[in-house]
Amino acid sequence: METMRTQEVTVNDLPWKIEHSTIRCTMCGSCVAACTFNAIEAKMERRSVTISTGHQPEPMQQHKAIPVILQKNSIAHACVGCGMCEKICPNKAIKPVRNLDSRYNVLARSGGTTIKRGGRNNLIQERTLDKIVVGRISQMTDPSLDAERHVFDILAPFGRVLPANKLPFAQENGELRLTAQTPPVNWIYPLIFSDMSIGALSTRAWEAIALAVGYLNEKHHLPVRMSSGEGGMPVNLMKSDFLKYTMIQIASGHFGWNRIVRAMPHMNVDPAGIIIKIGQGAKPGDGGLLPAAKVAEHVQAIRGVPKADLMSPPNHQGLYSIEESVQKMFMSMNAAFKFRVPVAIKCAASATSVSVYNNLLRDPYLICGGFFIDGIQGGTGAANEVSLDHTGHPIVSKTRECYLAAVKQGLQGQIPLWAGGGVGLTGNAAADAFKMICLGANGVFLGKLLIQLCGCVGNEHGRCNACSTGHCPTGICTQDPRLVKRLDIDKAAQNIVDYTLAFDMEMRKLMAPVGNSTLPVGRSDALVTTDRAIAEKLGIQYAC
Amino acid sequence: MVMQDLYGEFAEYKDKPLLSLACTQKGAKLVEDYMENNSFVQVHEWIPKVNKQPGLDIKAMPYYIFRNYDYPDYLAKASKEAKEELLLSTRLAIRELLEKNDQGYAFSFWPDVLTLKEIGDPRDIATYFGLWNDSGELLAKNIVVQCRQNTNYEIVRYAAHPFFIQGYTLCANGENTFYTKNKEFQKSLNKGYIGFESDSQNFLYTLHYVLHELKWPIKYYKHVITPLQFEELENRPDQAALQAIRQSLGHLEINGPNTIIGMLPDNSMMTCCDSKKLRPVVVGGDEETIAISSEVCGLNVILPDRDKTKDIYPNEREVVVINEELEVQRWKQ
Ligand code: SF4
Ligand code: SF4
Repeated sequence: METMRTQEVTVNDLPWKIEHSTIRCTMCGSCVAACTFNAIEAKMERRSVTISTGHQPEPMQQHKAIPVILQKNSIAHACVGCGMCEKICPNKAIKPVRNLDSRYNVLARSGGTTIKRGGRNNLIQERTLDKIVVGRISQMTDPSLDAERHVFDILAPFGRVLPANKLPFAQENGELRLTAQTPPVNWIYPLIFSDMSIGALSTRAWEAIALAVGYLNEKHHLPVRMSSGEGGMPVNLMKSDFLKYTMIQIASGHFGWNRIVRAMPHMNVDPAGIIIKIGQGAKPGDGGLLPAAKVAEHVQAIRGVPKADLMSPPNHQGLYSIEESVQKMFMSMNAAFKFRVPVAIKCAASATSVSVYNNLLRDPYLICGGFFIDGIQGGTGAANEVSLDHTGHPIVSKTRECYLAAVKQGLQGQIPLWAGGGVGLTGNAAADAFKMICLGANGVFLGKLLIQLCGCVGNEHGRCNACSTGHCPTGICTQDPRLVKRLDIDKAAQNIVDYTLAFDMEMRKLMAPVGNSTLPVGRSDALVTTDRAIAEKLGIQYAC
Repeated sequence: MVMQDLYGEFAEYKDKPLLSLACTQKGAKLVEDYMENNSFVQVHEWIPKVNKQPGLDIKAMPYYIFRNYDYPDYLAKASKEAKEELLLSTRLAIRELLEKNDQGYAFSFWPDVLTLKEIGDPRDIATYFGLWNDSGELLAKNIVVQCRQNTNYEIVRYAAHPFFIQGYTLCANGENTFYTKNKEFQKSLNKGYIGFESDSQNFLYTLHYVLHELKWPIKYYKHVITPLQFEELENRPDQAALQAIRQSLGHLEINGPNTIIGMLPDNSMMTCCDSKKLRPVVVGGDEETIAISSEVCGLNVILPDRDKTKDIYPNEREVVVINEELEVQRWKQ
């Protein structure tokens, strides 16, 4: 008899339990080799087995030592439910099962460390956007359009838009002519591939996204842009014409900017934009984090750093107010590219977003080219779980509030609003984007969906989300050369391209029935909701 | 209907602002007091003799008053802008006064412009006001009339076309699917952009904003309401200006089926359509009269003998302007 040691960790305490069938298993070992978290192992177990070997049934019970696959009793090696073992097993002998009785949260802080992980919020399951439908359909007095045959202008501004009465126009022979430079505005696809750095992503994953962007632009003429994330860019890319499809991000760690600055004289084309990242929806008020495990040699080179945990401070150094940030960051970033490249700002959605937006709208220099608000359901490569799950702000009402704040002052459209952080969470990005646009966003940005298209298996229900560990089982969020090879770049890029083309058609399928051939920014009358509280908060029609 | 460049009753008072009212007796008194307190001096009044024969389908108001005023003395030497501003704020103030007390409607207050609106069967309304008789009292060179009221929302007089602001008149046939966007933007552009009882008022306010406030040439109106697609813009020599306009006034774009008919302060009339040509419009005429009608049957009734081969059916990118000399200009956006 063994003594009960109730405090010891057992498989039953972990968030995922492995179900393994010895009858199906042939002990090929594929699952153990595939598990990047070292969560399972092959062991010998003494078991009671009944066997029959003759021509006729002659069952015999025996106690035998047989090889089995066992889950480890370990918090450090807890199964994350990624399902790679199940995917690779030729006999369907193994699979992870969610453990509703997990005690993981109680046990995982041993040694006084916080729980860290990547992925997304696992606490908020509410989806405002799913309670809203497009309820104003053109039928009688105005006709629906034909999604297949009409021409649709699905583009959004990126850059500071001047009010009409401030346009430097001169009139000559009945013609208006611009007499001075106006702030640069690029009209781009209303879907930005957002902010995932080389470092957070493997180079292959980053490359797959860049490849998809290139293909969408060159082959399909969809002007989709991607943001570099905070971590620099490969020098060759910066010197190539593809730079025009990329927005370069600068965050508080300024990682990668040595190289960017040195590459500037060699750039053939301007980048699509600059995004100053102030905050991130997944972990607002917390700086970036790249665990040492992921700081591989090429990451060190691109970012110009040694192998160590890379933590960006929660604030841009030397900034104490939005006004000052406008002066310093915006001015220098605008000046760096001679006022030819729009400079936008990205903040985590917060109870204070409207004040920030108002400040930007009223800035006398007219140089903020976009306000990106990132909601609580945004993703991250690494964060403290407490930040991921318990800090942040839902994106839908915040975007609406910002838009209405601009409307109140007649300033709507002057600083384009871009919303993200939960857009496309259920896989239906076009519907989400369309609704956000009707509520006042000019466009949306998304990241998690892209890596899901590359093969990421993480979800909002605690599956995987191990992006911070360096053990990403799909080769997306790791720098381990063996794991990175798991990612087929071409297939990943193809998936992103296909999804974006479908997104484009779905956008038309939503614009056509409301009779619009251009994006209905702020057309809240097109939406209805079955939830009274949402109707009241967003100022849209209640329907039941 | 809105009449401009008036003769008959009003021929002598072309430069004196004309107030068009439909109100109760109490409303008339309220307006009288207001005008007096604000130093407007009445110089002329015309009260139509109405035909109250039984059976007419009309929801008549007790009084219809058309009065010319002299500007207050202190404005004698004021600029055109100052006068225009005063006329607008006076009309808005009277409208508010009447609305607050539920005593009537003020449709226009502008020199040489008369507005008459009523609810009912258009033929009966004409009978009621004696419009079928050639009495010579109500005469004008330019008339914009619409015999069908907005059917989408509540039936109120302010929702009836045409709409008027500071010398600009407009009526429309169609549906403005960007009503909410237009309205939210226009509200902060000018204090006169109010009401929004009909989604067609948006077209008027944009016309007024582009021509009167921004002082842009008329061709840019079409570029504001139905901007060229980005792809088309790319090959234009004026791309920079057009793109700047499109992005700055994106909230004034209209995107639905529409025909717009406008009358401008210089007595010209214009028409254009939505960018997909989802609504009809036709321009036709003879030596003496040119008319714009949303359907050709309208032209056939009033100008049956015109040369129909000369009728113009403007396309989705076209603007047609008829000037005071009845010269017709048409151009593509
Ligand atoms: S589900 Fe993933 S983490 Fe769990 S045992 Fe299988 S491969 Fe390992
Ligand atoms: S599959 Fe990789 S990227 Fe996706 S959640 Fe897991 S660790 Fe993160």
